[in-house]
Amino acid sequence: MSVQTTEYVASEIRSPASFLASRVFIYGALAFWAFICLFPIYWTITTSFKTAVDVTQGHLIPFVDFQPDWKGWRSLGLSPDSIFQTSTVREEFLKRFMNSVITSVGASSLAIVIGSLAAYGLTRYRYHFAWFKNEDISFFFLSQLILPPVVLALPFLVLYREVGLLDTRIGLILLYTLMVLPIVIWIMRDQFNSIPVELEEAALVDGLSIWGAFFRIVMPIALPGMVAAFILAMVLCWNEYFFAALLTSTDAKTIPVMVASQTGSQGINWWSMAALATAAIAPLAVIGIALERYLIMGMTAGAVK
Amino acid sequence: MAVATIGLLATIVLEILYKGSADTIGFETWRPVVYAYVLWGVAIGIGQVLTRGEDGQRALFLLPALLFTIAMVIFPTLFGFYIALTDWNLSSFSGRKFNGLANFWQMLSDPYYRNALFNMVLYVLAVAVEYVIAFGLALLLNAQIRARKFFRVVFLMPLMLSPVAVSWMIGKSLMEYRFGPAATLARHLGWENPAFFSDPIIARIAIMVLDAWTFIPFMMIMLLAGLQAMSREVLEAARVDGANAWQTFWQVTFPLMLPVSVTAVILRIIFKLKLADIIITVTSGGPGGATDSVSSFIYREYRDRSNVGYGTMLAMAYLVIIVVFVTWLLKFANRFVRNVN
Repeated sequence: MSVQTTEYVASEIRSPASFLASRVFIYGALAFWAFICLFPIYWTITTSFKTAVDVTQGHLIPFVDFQPDWKGWRSLGLSPDSIFQTSTVREEFLKRFMNSVITSVGASSLAIVIGSLAAYGLTRYRYHFAWFKNEDISFFFLSQLILPPVVLALPFLVLYREVGLLDTRIGLILLYTLMVLPIVIWIMRDQFNSIPVELEEAALVDGLSIWGAFFRIVMPIALPGMVAAFILAMVLCWNEYFFAALLTSTDAKTIPVMVASQTGSQGINWWSMAALATAAIAPLAVIGIALERYLIMGMTAGAVK
Repeated sequence: MAVATIGLLATIVLEILYKGSADTIGFETWRPVVYAYVLWGVAIGIGQVLTRGEDGQRALFLLPALLFTIAMVIFPTLFGFYIALTDWNLSSFSGRKFNGLANFWQMLSDPYYRNALFNMVLYVLAVAVEYVIAFGLALLLNAQIRARKFFRVVFLMPLMLSPVAVSWMIGKSLMEYRFGPAATLARHLGWENPAFFSDPIIARIAIMVLDAWTFIPFMMIMLLAGLQAMSREVLEAARVDGANAWQTFWQVTFPLMLPVSVTAVILRIIFKLKLADIIITVTSGGPGGATDSVSSFIYREYRDRSNVGYGTMLAMAYLVIIVVFVTWLLKFANRFVRNVN
């Protein structure tokens, strides 16, 4: 996404005073919203270093209001002095963390593979399955987006029990793939549409097969789009709670379920909850900052014609 | 291909026999049926290529996604319609019983379900406010400012965070009655008793705010993309014609942004209709079911009462309502955009 800065022709005509006022307003509004976005995150991170007194008295600024303490992180087994000791909480946390990583990476990869193939097919060839044409098939895929998770949740609960997939990562991966597949197809269709057909026609003339042309010519060009779709899918899977809460109990529990199960208990340990929440959001915060370009690319695919 | 089809059918028949009566050969779970289905899919793929050549290779692009979606959506949904007609409680020993439309009648007279549906209407209406804020933010980001990238990353942040963690961070901690900063701020502003989650109306608003905080960036990004794709000449022309900023916005920017706006709002509404996790973790529907969305209500119906049959009936009714609503919405939006342009 390119960012243009246009020269304001009009600003030369306007008086300096009103120009200044508009600047103040714009930056004021930006700063205000930045505060709204960041304060909860700031609050959570600082709370993870607070002791009980600091929490209840509403202290805000570390080193000025209160003395930071590793208490919250120690209870997770992740503070400097406890990192080399054995900790059941840390093991539990790492296990949930790995579950989250495996399910979201697995589901996103699977969705990218079958989603890209389908999107490619739909943009390049005409299909007739019985009375279904391309538009109908596209609509069929995209309409899955409307389906609320709650409709599938209970039937899947029962089916998974019969099939023996309840509380397994595979089961979650399959469901998450289903959840992100429409979005992947949406993004990839947009991507493939922007690649000129002539490229493949030339490749076919040169003797490549259909699949050869796809893998050797089209895929390298569409790679940024695939990365965008992959990251967006990962974010959605990582944050998913509803299916995970219903379909997992001990083995395949993911991070959000772990966070949620802690909040339910009475007499919350503020510091350890804050540490847990920080640890749960940290990976995505890093992804968000580092790969923001791809995220935006994924979200805006197909929005602007 | 034929062999695999026979294999699949044989496995299914075997399973039905095994489950239905005391058949001695069979498998413990239905899992072999899944394997048979996968095998069948692979066989179809190979068969397509072998019998239809290049056309088959083309079909191969689409087949995996198609078979996957059909297996994962069509079958469970049909199965769901069947469960919806049964009296099936996982915690009771009697197993499932077909009871026809009893669940349906029960649903019609269930005040909590009606309340949840009504809440969904409110929650969807809140999208209008989110849209206004998102549009404002997009305009801000599109203005001539420094550190645009920094602000864009910051504004995008809430979308990245897991709703469950957000529920805790904001709902349970910032809005904590005794010492949460939001409550303290509210006290300073003159609200004596800032309990965010004990009054039904305030609790609903609090949920909306939480959800808006997470999802405003989503609409903002789409609108920003729309703004950046707009041609500069049109804006310049308006300015040359002597329109002030206010007029330019309403006469040029807003109409041009309409298609993007409609897409953003519709997508947002679709996501809103799935709203569940925040409610489950912050209020678990309380006070007294006042904040329940349909999804969270069904979730609790299962968690607290293991009532699969009734819960599924609610879900299926919700599905029908949603499909009708979204279809109407798409039609309406199409006509709306065409009329204005």
